[in-house]
Amino acid sequence: MAKNPEHRDLFPGALEIMILQSLRLKPMHGYALVKHIKQVSEDLLQVEEGSLYPALQRMLREGWLEAETGISAKGRPTRIYRLTDAGIRHLESEVVSFERMFAGFTRVLGAVKA
Amino acid sequence: MSLFSRIFSRNRRYDDISVSIQEHLDERTDELMEEGMSRGEAERSARRDFGNVTVLRERSREVWQWQRLESLLVDLKHVFRRLWRAPGFAITVVLTLAIGIGANTAVFSVLNSVLIRPLSYPEPQQLIAMRFDAPGAPGLTDFRDELRMSASMYLTFAAHNRSFQSMGVWLPGTASITGIAQPEQVNTALITDGVLQTLEVPAAAGQWLTAADQDPHGARRVMLGYGYWQRRFGGDPGVVGRTINVDSESRVIAGVMPRGFKVVSYDFDLLVPLAFDPVKEGLAGFAYHGIGRLRPGVTISQADADVSRLLNVWMDSWTNGPGTDPHWYETWKITPAFQPLKEQVVGGVGNVLWVVMATIGIVMLIACTNVANLLLVRADGRQQELAVRSALGAGRWRIARELLLESVTLGLLGGAVGVGVAYAGLRLLIAIGPENLPRLSEISLDGQSLTFTLVISVLSGLLFGIIPVLRYAPSRQAVPLIGAMRTASISRERQRGRNFLVVAQVAMALVLLISAVLMIRTFRAMRNVDPGFSDPTSLQVMRISIPETLVRDPQTVTRIQNSIQDKLAGIPGVSSAGFAVSVPMSGAEPNWDGIYLEGKNYEGEEPPLRLFNYVSPGYFHTAGTRFVAGQDFAWSDIYSLRPVAILSESLARELWGSPSAAIGKRFREFPSMPWHEVVGVVQDVRENGVNQSSPATVYWPSMMANLYGPGPIDVRRTAYFALRSSRAGTQTFINEMQRAVWSVNANLPVASISTMQDIYSQSMARTSFTLVMLAIAGTMALALGILGIYGVISYAVSQRTREIGIRMALGANKSELLWMFVRSALVLTGVGTAVGLGAAAALMRLMRTLLFGISPLDPVTFTVVPVVLVAAAVVASYVPARRTAAIDPVDALRSE
Repeated sequence: MAKNPEHRDLFPGALEIMILQSLRLKPMHGYALVKHIKQVSEDLLQVEEGSLYPALQRMLREGWLEAETGISAKGRPTRIYRLTDAGIRHLESEVVSFERMFAGFTRVLGAVKA
Repeated sequence: MSLFSRIFSRNRRYDDISVSIQEHLDERTDELMEEGMSRGEAERSARRDFGNVTVLRERSREVWQWQRLESLLVDLKHVFRRLWRAPGFAITVVLTLAIGIGANTAVFSVLNSVLIRPLSYPEPQQLIAMRFDAPGAPGLTDFRDELRMSASMYLTFAAHNRSFQSMGVWLPGTASITGIAQPEQVNTALITDGVLQTLEVPAAAGQWLTAADQDPHGARRVMLGYGYWQRRFGGDPGVVGRTINVDSESRVIAGVMPRGFKVVSYDFDLLVPLAFDPVKEGLAGFAYHGIGRLRPGVTISQADADVSRLLNVWMDSWTNGPGTDPHWYETWKITPAFQPLKEQVVGGVGNVLWVVMATIGIVMLIACTNVANLLLVRADGRQQELAVRSALGAGRWRIARELLLESVTLGLLGGAVGVGVAYAGLRLLIAIGPENLPRLSEISLDGQSLTFTLVISVLSGLLFGIIPVLRYAPSRQAVPLIGAMRTASISRERQRGRNFLVVAQVAMALVLLISAVLMIRTFRAMRNVDPGFSDPTSLQVMRISIPETLVRDPQTVTRIQNSIQDKLAGIPGVSSAGFAVSVPMSGAEPNWDGIYLEGKNYEGEEPPLRLFNYVSPGYFHTAGTRFVAGQDFAWSDIYSLRPVAILSESLARELWGSPSAAIGKRFREFPSMPWHEVVGVVQDVRENGVNQSSPATVYWPSMMANLYGPGPIDVRRTAYFALRSSRAGTQTFINEMQRAVWSVNANLPVASISTMQDIYSQSMARTSFTLVMLAIAGTMALALGILGIYGVISYAVSQRTREIGIRMALGANKSELLWMFVRSALVLTGVGTAVGLGAAAALMRLMRTLLFGISPLDPVTFTVVPVVLVAAAVVASYVPARRTAAIDPVDALRSE
C-alpha cells in the first residue's frame, strides 16, 4: 500500500500529461482512462489505480478538464472527463517543454557514448 | 464565489468523486468476474488494485479544501463540541492549567526583567563592576565582601588604563535642597567624569556633566533625575540653566536625565559631580563604586591584569601622609575581581528567583500530570470509538493528531485564562516582592512574557497530550476492536500509566512541601534572633544632615543635634531619643579601620578592620540595645571631648576575654589620636540583617578631638535620630517630629522617615518572599497531589464495581475491600515519598544559601512532611474507597 502515490510517478507531471493526452482522443470516465493509460504505456506506469482520482481533481481545479454526468460502458452512472480549451493549451505547452527536455537528454546520453 | 455556493459546489464535487470511484470499483469487479473469479474474490482484488479507497477519496476531496487547514478546522470543531459536552472536565482542566501557566508567566516576567535583561543601557555586556578583593585586609569581610575604590585609585586608573573606553566612580549620598519650597533632603548620586560616558544614556534635556565639572575650583553644576524634575519642577524644560541651592551652595542645572535612568540600580534625584582635589587625596578612602565600559574585544581577565599592573603605579604615585609606607597596602593583597555589572545588580536575588521559578515549574509539571490523568480517563472512555475509527481507515497519525489537538486546545485555553492569572499574580508579586529586587517597578507582561505563555501552553498541551497518544494511538493491530474492558476488570497495564503519574506527583509535592517547611523554619529561626534592638514597631527613625555650608562650626553642629534630640524627646508620648550615624539594617555606608590597643606591640603587624559607628548619649537606651558592662556616654563627655568609646560584646571578648575586663582599657585608631578609654560594652547588633553575623563594632562619641583630620574637632554631620514611642509611624507623630526639628533650625530637611519595623521587615523581605512563594507552591502541589490520588482511587473503584460485586457475592469482607483500595494508594504514596525524599535531599543543598539556622536535611522537616503527606493520601483514598461499602453485589453484577 503506497503512502504517497505521487512519488510513484515517473517524474512530476507525467501522470497529468498522460491523462491530458488520453482525454484529447476522446472524453472518458475514470475506469476507461485507467485502462487506456495502462494499455498505451504497456504498464510502464506502476501507479495504483486510485491515485488517478486526486490527479483528476487537481486538473479539474486548474480548469484543464470538465466533468459531466454520464453512463459507463456497463450502464452504470459515472462522470465523464473532457478536455477544455485551456487543457489543450496546457498540454501543448507541456509537450513542447517535454520534447525539448528529451532532446536535451538524448544529446547528453549520446555524447557520453561517443 | 460566496461561501455558500463554494460549499454547495464542493458537495457536488464530493459526490462526483464518490460516484466515479464507486463506478471504477464496480466495473473492475465485473471484469474480474468475467475472467472467472468469484464475486468476493473479485471485489477484494479490485480494492487491492485501487489502493486505500478512504485515503484516496480523502485526497481527492482535499483538492477542493484549504487543504490541511480545513481538515484541522473540522477536527477543532469536534474538539470544541466534545469539550462543550463535558463542561466539568473542560473547566477543571482549563482552570488547573490557567493557574499553572499563569503562575509560570508571572514568575517568568519577573525573571526576565530582573535576571535576563536587568540593565537598560546600550551594549550592557561591555559594562563592568570594578570591585576588588583584599584578602589581606583582616576583618574587612566581616562587614563587606569587597574593597571599593579610593579617589586616588580612580585618578590613577582613569589616566593609565588600556582596557576601558571609559570608567568612573560614584557614591550614593544625600543633599539638602533649600530656597525652593520647604527644605528638602534628596538622594544624590555623586559621580566622576566617565560615569555618564560609561552608561551612555543621553540627557533628556540640556547636557551631561563634563570633565570640566571635575575641577574642584571650577563651575558648580548639577543634573536632575527625571522623577525629581517632574516632582519639583513639573517637567519644565526651561529649568536648564537655573540655579538651585544644594547643601547651601548654588549650582547651575546642566541637564535632566531621562525617565528610568538609574546609576546602576540606584534611583537618584540629583547627579552631583565629584570634584577630587589631587593635592588633598591620599591612597586611602575606599568608598567609591567603580564602573567601566570595556573596549571592544577586551575580556574581563585582560582588564583585571591591566589594573593589577596599575596598582603599583597607584602605590608609587600617592601617599597616606608623611612617614607612611605607600606599599604597605601590598599586605592587603588587593586584586581586581571585576565582574559583569549585571551580576552585581542581580546579586543574591538571582538565587531566590531561580528557586521560585523551579518551584513554580514543578507545580506546572504536577498540574500537567493531573491533566494527563484526566485525559487518560477520558481516552479510556473513547477507546472503542478510536478503535472503530482506526478500523475504518483512520491513520495512526490522524488519531494522534486529533488527541493532540484536543490537549493543545486545552493548553491554549488554559494559557489564555492564565494571562489573566499572571496579571493578577504579578501585582501580588510586586506587592510582596523584596525591595532590593532590581527594576521591580518596571516588571510587566510584555511581548516576551506573552510569547513565553504561548510556548508553555503549547508545550504543556503536547506534554500531557502525548501520554494518551502513546497509549491509544499505537499500531492498528494493537487496538482491540470490541473493548474487552466492558466485562473485565481494569487491566494492569492501563493502570500502570496512571500509577506512575501519581508516584511522580507525590514525589514532586514532597519536594515542594519540604522546601516550604524549611523556609518556614528559617523564618522562625530568624525571628528568634536577638537583632540587638528591641520592639522595632515603636522605634521611629529619621535622617538629618547638617551640611558644612549651613553650619560651619563643629561644636555648633553638636549643640544643634543635642537640641534636636531634646526637642524630640519632649514630644508627648516619646520616652527617649538619641542618634547614631548608622542604624542597623538601614544600609548606611559603614566606616571602618583598625584599632591599636594600649600596651600591645604590633611590630609592623596590622590590626584587623573594625566597623565604626558614632553615637549620642541615650541612643542605646532608645534603640533598646542592652549594656553588658559599663555605661553610656554623657553629654559632658561629648562637649569636653573626653576620649571614651563603647565596644560591642563580641569585640570586647575578642580583645580582653570578657566585657567587664574591657572596661577601663584604652585604644586608638592612629598614633596622633589620644588613647580612648572603654566606658561601656553593649550587646552585639545584627548590623547587616538577622541572618548575617554581628560585626565587631567600635562606637565612638559623635564628636571627638581629631588631630589628624582637617580641623581639630571631628563631628558627624549626618545621623539617624531614633525615638522610642508607642505613636511611632503615625502621620501626626511624623508632623510633630518635623516641627520639633524645624523649631531648632528651619533649614534642616528630614529624610528616610520610617519605623525600625519597616527596616527590619525589609531585611527579612528576601526570606519572607521566598517563604510566601514556596508556601503557595507547596499548598498547590499538595492540593493537586491529593486530587490526583483521589482521582485514581475513585476511578479504580468505578472501574472495578463489577469485580467488587463478584468478590462480595463470594463472601469478601467489606472492610477488607476498603483496605484493598487504601492500601494501593498507600503503596503509591510510599513509593512517591521515597523518590521525593531522595530528590529533596539532593535539591535542598542548592537552597542552602537561602536557609538560616537550620540544616538543609533538617530531620524534623524530613519526618513530619512525609507523615503528613501519607496521612493526606490515606484520607484521599479512603473517601472514594468507602463507596465500595455501599455497593450492592446484585446491582453491581447487573449494571453491565
